[in-house]
Amino acid sequence: MSTIEVSLTKQLGDFHLDVSFKLPANGVIALFGRSGSGKTSLLRAIAGLIRPSNGVVKINGEIWQDEHQFIPTHQRPLGYVFQEASLFPHLSVRRNLEYGWRRIPKANRKIDFDSVVELLGIGPFIQRATHRLSGGERQRVAIARALLTSPRLLLMDEPLSALDHGAKRSILPYLENLNDELAIPSLYVSHDPNEVAHLADQMVVLEEGKVIATGPAANLLTQLDLPMAQFDDAAATLAGSVSAHDHTFHLTWISMDGGRVAVAREDLPVGRHARVRIQARDVSLSLKAHSDTSIINILPAIVVDTKEVNQTQMIVRLELFDGQTLLSRITRRSGLGLGLHEGMQLYAQVKSVALIG
Amino acid sequence: MEMDWQPVWLTLKLATTTTLVLLILGTPVAWWLSRSKAWWKDIIGSLVALPLVLPPTVLGFYLLLMLGPNGPIGELTQSLGLGTLPFTFPGLVIGSVIYSLPFVVQPIRNAFEAMGERPMEVAATLRASPLERFFGIAIPLARPGFLTGSVLGFAHTVGEFGVVLMIGGNIPGETKVLSVAIYDHVETLEWEQAHWLAGGMLLFAFIVVYSMYLLEKRLRRSGR
Repeated sequence: MSTIEVSLTKQLGDFHLDVSFKLPANGVIALFGRSGSGKTSLLRAIAGLIRPSNGVVKINGEIWQDEHQFIPTHQRPLGYVFQEASLFPHLSVRRNLEYGWRRIPKANRKIDFDSVVELLGIGPFIQRATHRLSGGERQRVAIARALLTSPRLLLMDEPLSALDHGAKRSILPYLENLNDELAIPSLYVSHDPNEVAHLADQMVVLEEGKVIATGPAANLLTQLDLPMAQFDDAAATLAGSVSAHDHTFHLTWISMDGGRVAVAREDLPVGRHARVRIQARDVSLSLKAHSDTSIINILPAIVVDTKEVNQTQMIVRLELFDGQTLLSRITRRSGLGLGLHEGMQLYAQVKSVALIG
Repeated sequence: MEMDWQPVWLTLKLATTTTLVLLILGTPVAWWLSRSKAWWKDIIGSLVALPLVLPPTVLGFYLLLMLGPNGPIGELTQSLGLGTLPFTFPGLVIGSVIYSLPFVVQPIRNAFEAMGERPMEVAATLRASPLERFFGIAIPLARPGFLTGSVLGFAHTVGEFGVVLMIGGNIPGETKVLSVAIYDHVETLEWEQAHWLAGGMLLFAFIVVYSMYLLEKRLRRSGR
């Protein structure tokens, strides 16, 4: 019975939250939407921090709330990471970590104190006072503190949004690690499609307090009837494996069944699983496989969907031969020139590819 | 000259007792005022703040009526076999508690409000029960408010005069506190004794205010 079942309604001022979804509880589930879409309210309601007028929250068959009962937050087996680290200023890093941990009976502690400290790289500053930590360090402590309660569900409210770019990049690997090392399902609030692509397996898309889609993240992020594919920085994620290194030109090839792409040389073993992210605006389309071009990544594809984004531009959803999806953002003029239509075969020329792990 | 220390000890005893009572009674009131959404919250808040603007004699006058043999509280204490409270040390404590209430409640309330909801929410997600949150998070985080409140409550009680005069009178060892003793000495032209006591009070007041400044500075630097 490994599912997350949520169905809540709540009036907050003139904002109405009315959501309902049921998803398998494994991996990272992104709660995605722009600011004001109700993501944080939804997360707070699941945690019991706000009390919905009526609703059901069932985690792995365990009822946290339904029409008969409302389990208070401190009795729900959850971990919550807030947008700001919110460490207790009167306690040291170690005492912050122990605050929740020591409230868990020994028999229920599924996560070892020292291994969490190591997993999040906290050891070097564990004795310090919290105000002497950097933003990234503080957030790592907050994540560790939540994990140490051995939660059955981890709730994260944009834990990276208050951090600068450098700190964000330094923390992402820890978060990815988390999913691999600890099998704790998590709900991850985000408004950043790139972050979602990095971390999430499934996603729930919210708009104005309502769920407009649920499903696998890689699929929803490229669906043309959802807002994400129309963002300026819309992108698709492809999964493949490292197939070869090109020492002469300092490249690493990532191969999929549907083709191969090159990224700047990375020290990765051949055969290792790898994911790449390709921005829609870096993909141009061509009817023939050109060899007289500077672009080295050329993937055969089929047009599955098209949509106008504005008066100048359109977005094209492509399917590679292995069924993976790619997005291309081109001008309407080019689209008309190529005579784009569904089912059409063509070649996607990819100018830039980013390895995301 | 023979120095009479009794008023000094009595004053310290009164101020200490009053401060302790105020911390115990004032903390829940401050918490409620900082968290409640009840419409009558501001009415209670104003009542608590009233002694700030009310002349002490007015306060003392009403207390005298209430606690006196024909007042409602006086009748209650008499029926319990406790006699009446005016002109006794316990009566003085009651008067002082009401008189110094805002000086203790307000700083604590401000500290509770300043810390916001977040720390309590975090603690709840870390399995802390409401009581554990209050004692383990709210009170330690409001420490500067408690310090300020205690110092102000203590000092303000040491300096009270009007209320004491109305309900305490001038009974040596029972209600004759410093301020009344000074008044007494001046009345009887004992200038030297008055000087010693008044000078001592001046010094005490300065030390209190100065150490508050230092304390606040240190708390702020420790990165609260």
